[in-house]
Formats: sequence, C-alpha cells, structure tokens
Amino acid sequence: MPAVVKGWRLLLTPTLSRHLGLALVAFILLLLLSSQIGAYDDYTLAAVAIFVIATAGLNLLTGVNGQLSLGHGALMAVGAYSTSLLLRGHDLPLILVLLLSLAGASLVGAVFGVAAARLRGPYLAGATLALAVGLPQIATRYSHVFGGEEGLTVPPPAAPSWLGADFPPERWMAWIAIAVALVTLVLLGNLLQSSVGRSFKAVRDHEAAAALAGINVARTQVVAFVVSSACAGLAGSLFAYWSGLTAPAGFGVALSLQLISAIVIGGLGSLSGAVWGSIVLVFVPNFTSGMASSLNLPSSVGNNLPLLIYGAVLVVAMLVVPYGIDGGLRRLLALARARWAGAATNHKGVVDWDDPAGS
Amino acid sequence: MNIQINHMTSAMSRIAIGCALALLAACGESGGTTNTASAPGITTSEIKIGSTQPLTGPAAPGYSEIAPAANAYFQYVNAHGGIFGRKITYEYLDDGYNPTTTSSVTRKLVLQDKVFAVFNALGTPTHLAVVDYLNSEKVPDLFVASGCNCWNDPSTHPYTFGWQPDYTIEGKILGQYIQQNLAGKKVGYFYQNDEFGLDGVKGLDQQISSVASRQNYVPTNTNVAPQIAALQASGAQVVVSFSIPAFTALALLTAAKLHYNPVWVVSNVGSDVPTLTGLLTKFSSGAAGGQLLTGMVTDAYLPLVTDASNPWITLFKKIHDQYIQSLPWDGNVLYGMGAAYAFVQAIKAAGRNPTRAGIVHTLETTKLTGGPGLAPYGYGSNNHLGYLGVQVATIGADGNATTVGPVYTSSDSGSINQYSGTPATPPSNGIPS
Repeated sequence: MPAVVKGWRLLLTPTLSRHLGLALVAFILLLLLSSQIGAYDDYTLAAVAIFVIATAGLNLLTGVNGQLSLGHGALMAVGAYSTSLLLRGHDLPLILVLLLSLAGASLVGAVFGVAAARLRGPYLAGATLALAVGLPQIATRYSHVFGGEEGLTVPPPAAPSWLGADFPPERWMAWIAIAVALVTLVLLGNLLQSSVGRSFKAVRDHEAAAALAGINVARTQVVAFVVSSACAGLAGSLFAYWSGLTAPAGFGVALSLQLISAIVIGGLGSLSGAVWGSIVLVFVPNFTSGMASSLNLPSSVGNNLPLLIYGAVLVVAMLVVPYGIDGGLRRLLALARARWAGAATNHKGVVDWDDPAGS
Repeated sequence: MNIQINHMTSAMSRIAIGCALALLAACGESGGTTNTASAPGITTSEIKIGSTQPLTGPAAPGYSEIAPAANAYFQYVNAHGGIFGRKITYEYLDDGYNPTTTSSVTRKLVLQDKVFAVFNALGTPTHLAVVDYLNSEKVPDLFVASGCNCWNDPSTHPYTFGWQPDYTIEGKILGQYIQQNLAGKKVGYFYQNDEFGLDGVKGLDQQISSVASRQNYVPTNTNVAPQIAALQASGAQVVVSFSIPAFTALALLTAAKLHYNPVWVVSNVGSDVPTLTGLLTKFSSGAAGGQLLTGMVTDAYLPLVTDASNPWITLFKKIHDQYIQSLPWDGNVLYGMGAAYAFVQAIKAAGRNPTRAGIVHTLETTKLTGGPGLAPYGYGSNNHLGYLGVQVATIGADGNATTVGPVYTSSDSGSINQYSGTPATPPSNGIPS
C-alpha cells in the first residue's frame, strides 16, 4: 500500500507530471501532423526524431556534463549493427531489438566512459575521435560478419494490420521514432532535474568544487557517458530501420561532427537545443540536395553548393546566435519579458542558463 | 457515323485524320495520339526522371561529370522537340558514394519528387542499398551505372536493368587477353572489396589459373601502400586493377614511389585517361602525370573518345561543346551521353503514353539497336544485362587509346565469342527515331 501511495505521489511531482503532459501533447500534435503530410515528409520527420535522440544524449554529455565526444557516430553504429545482426534471419519484436541495441551501445559506452573519465580537453576529443575513425573499420575488416562496405540490409518495421493496407510504412516509422524520442526526452528531462543531473552540471562547472561537495567525479562522468551512449545506440537502432541499411560509410567521422554541430547550433546543454539542432541537421541538406541539377550552375560550383550552404549556416548561426537557436530564443523571450515588466523589475533580458525557463 | 462527321468542325476532322495517320504510322501498341499523364512523373509536357550520383566524395573525380553529360543530351533532345512533345527533366542528387545517403535521397526522388524512373544511378555498394526498395515500389530502375551482375536478376528485381558490360564479362575478356598476350608473366590482382571488384575477379579467375597475390582496398581508406608493396613482393609482373579512378591513381602513384613497374590492366570504369591524368597530377602535386599511364591495358564498349573520325564521337562532342563546355571531353562525358541515348531509345519505344510496367515490358521485348555501343545489348525477358562485351585497348605514350583485336562478347558463365556485327551510325539529327 505505501508503495502505491509513493507511486502516485511520484506521478504528481511537478517535474514528472509536467514533462509527461508536455510529451503527451507533443505526441498527439505530431501524430496529427504526420497524418496530414506526404510519405516523404513523414520519412524526414522520422529522421528528425532519430537525430533528436542522439543529439539529446550527446548534449547531456557535452553540454551538461562538459565531456566532448567526437565519437558518437560510432556509438550509433554499435546500435545500428546490433539491430542489423539481431534481425539477420530472425523476426524479433521491435521493442526487444531497440532495448538490446541500447544495451549493446551502453556496454561499449561504459567501457569507453571509464577511459574517457581520465581524459580532459583535447585528449578526450582525440580519444573519442579515434573511436569514430576506428570502429566503422571493423565492419570492413570482418566483412563476413558485418557485410563489408555494402553493409547489412534491415527490413522496415511492418505497420500493424489494423492501420490498413494502404498505410504508408514511412508514417509508421515516423510514429515509432517520435514515440521513442519523446520517451527519451521525458526520461532525460527528469534525469536533469534530479540530483544526478545536478551533479552532472556541478562536475562540468568545477570538478574540484564538485568533489569537495561529495560528488564522485569519475563515477558521475562514467554515468553521463553511459546514458549518452544508450541514447546513441537507440538512435542508431532506429536509424538502421529508417535507412534500411547499415553500412560503415553511413557512420563516418562526418556523422559524429554533424551531431556536435547540431547541438552547438541548437544550443548546448538543453534538450530543446537538441531538437532545434536536429531540425537544422535534417532540413538544410534536404533543402539543398536538388540544387546541383535544378540550378543552372557550372557543375564544379553546383555539386559543392549544398556543402557550402551547410557550412555557411554553421558560421552564420555562430555569429548571430552564439548560444545556439535555443539560446537565441530564450534571449528574445527574456527581452520581451523585461519589456513587459518595464522598469519595475530589474530584468534586463538576462538569461539564467541553468534555469532559463524561469521556473 | 455520317451525322457525326457532319457535325464536326474542320479543326476536329483535321485532328481525327491526323490521329488516324499517326496511328497507322507510329503509335503502334501505345494507342492514342494525345499526351496523357500516363504514370507518376509523366505529364502531358514532361518526363521526370531522377538519379543518385557521387557529385562529392571519394568517387566524385570523373564520375561527377556523368549526370551533367546525360543531362546535356536530354537538353539537346528537348531543344529538338523532346519525346512526343514532352521535355525530359533530369533530377540527379548527390549521395557522396555513401550507401546510407543513397537510401534517403532515393526515397526523396520516389516519394517527394515522384520521378517516373530512376536512371543511371551510380555505384555498386550505393545502388545495392536501394534496389529492393525501388522494385518493391515498382519504380523502373534503368541502366544502373555499375557493371555488377547483381542488376541482372529479373525474377527478384524485375524493374532493374544494367547497362554497361558486367564486370564478370569484362574480367573474362581481360583475362583472356592476359593469357594470350602476356603469357608466362606472374599476375596479381588489386580490386575494390565489394561486388564491383569481386565480380571482376570472378571473371578473371575463369581465365587465369595462378594468381601471385590478391590485394583489395575499401574506398574509405586511401592508404594503398601495404597492398601495392605486397603485390611487388609477390613478383607480379601484371597487375589487374578493378578500381574506381581515384584508387587507380593512388595505386599507380604508390607503385611509382616503390619503383614497381608492372603492366597495369585496368577495368574500364577506372581507366579514363583525362580523369586519371588530372588525379595523378593533383595527388602528386605535379610530380607525376599522364606518363604513368603509358602501356596500360584497358577495354572499351563505346567508341574511343579520341577517335574524331567516329560519327558518334562527332555527335556527342558537338553536344558537349554546346551544353557543358566547362567539363572536360572525356570517357565520363561519353558514358553519360551514351546512357542518355539508351534512355531516349527506350522511352520512345515504350510509346506515346508510357507506363512504369510498360517501359519494362518494352525493354524485355523490343531489341534496342542502332546505338553507339560496340557490342549488342542483352535485354530480354530473362536477361537484364546491358552491353554483352568489350574490346581491349592499350594506352599509348600520347595518352590516346588504341583498340587491340576484335570485340568479344560473353555471359557470366558461357564461352567468349568474337562479335562480328557492324557498328551503327547515328541518325542525322542525333536523336533515335
């Protein structure tokens, strides 16, 4: 009986109920949106949701805990290859595959996290970069297991029959990805509000002070690495379902750098920053991909234009909103609040970065 | 009937007479003389096709010219009346030779841009990522820009057709050349470690009994020094290379650095002289160049780019000069135009109002003849192979290729036969009738 009471009380704590409520509203809105758009837009929406999972996890590690990882693409590869290998010749339920892939990436993350906790700054960046460069090569070295350069194909998740025969598989994929992304965001949101989340920030801001306050710095860093790897593994698993293929070229250094650039553009240290970053990560290349053939430019220019635009977006974003899109929006919000409140308060459009919502 | 005619305006009767004449003359099985939106990507005035190409990334050098070249030919056709009055719109997207990107941009072509067909999508590992998807969506997947024999599988992939000779056939004919002309020399292999290289090796192995060393590379790792050193250590005097241009250049430069000078026998896709010369100069910062290509053995299934007397070369060079002057005139441009010519042949043969299933049926039942190829196409109801053979060529000191011996044709397991057909000349307006 007391356990039940405690369970109810937990549900009523403001943090959890607020996050659950928000997630539920977002889920319903996104489902409605997904039903109104075309199959390719659903496919794109699924990509955004998948990258949200990966970047939210990376933002927890880099933005909240202060550990830079240039190797998250490789951790996604662990999740994706786990999924592909599990589905090779077996027809396992999606939820089981997701959980096992998550576990696989967490394990690799735990091993690597122990090493990472001893490294700082450029050494940590170098070590994680080695992970990004080295891990995908295993797939070509042991090509009889991992399928070499061509990789392994993954069957798309089958939509349940009650949705009808005409239900686009891309929409089902989007629904799955959105659901998993929202669950991940709720769990991470709660974690950040808990004592564990506070210790992440404490370690980031001042390791010695955190240690003096009784926080086990190394253990906190390993925990952050494991949680972050779990997110990467989950995203990798969904990525395998989404693209239908797991190949080493898909998980190169470029992916790891894209994830980092996404959280920097979106806003370091916040979950909404991860969402904004993922939107940029997916939509900018999507918008520019047809330019080579549709614009009448010399091919040496046209072929490289999408890359140029992506680079330009990065530079402009850093100049205009140095704290990322999320930071820019919060600053706007704070300025508006200051204007509204007038001179009566001393709000001057200053954002409290650890409690930016002002709650 | 009489009453109806009496009620017709003169314009209508003209249309009716025109219809009847056109039916007799050309319409054939397609029926109808007005354009209808007969399939996704086909409107009354447009045929929209798409492709995935390595415009950036490791396979971009050389290959990035193919799609603009094909597009130049389509623009030429559009400027001369199009196909039954329809203009071809060719939308090619960059996949960076990354199969994961191929997978997502192909979905963009099919789901968002709603192309009629995917045409000349480039690359073996890349296209393998989407061949199941395109067939499950029943999208014609025409003239894949890769010689993997995986495209010839009509029972599982009825919508997919190859175009260039498959690498196994090419390997067999190159292997035969080595047996006949370089007999007694030790042979080594250098190949891309995927279906592309492995298919080539399959063909070579049917002809060459003992191999001194087998070395492979993956396109994501540009260090080929260990492989070339191993070939040198094995004493191989002939090295057969199934490689993309960037890796042919890397292999040649690495060998030159090691003072290793075997006879290089390079698959057609990795042997374009202007592309290789550019890469050799760039990779060696000007220290080396085209001189490394002298004596290289390769093969061809289209007329040689340098053969100015060939009417196909005259035609395609003219289109090149008019539409894509900024690109070099090389084998990649010729390739793109040759494939585009085949597409125009196929879509015209499919009739005024083509459907997706219709163009597949046309390719399986109507022989495409009269194109630029040296060998015939293999298309039939049980065969989705393109060109069935090649002619061996050697590169001279001036960088020009010279063909050696006759054109040979073969199949993956059958014998090698000499082909005696005469080459076709292009139609006077340069557009297949």
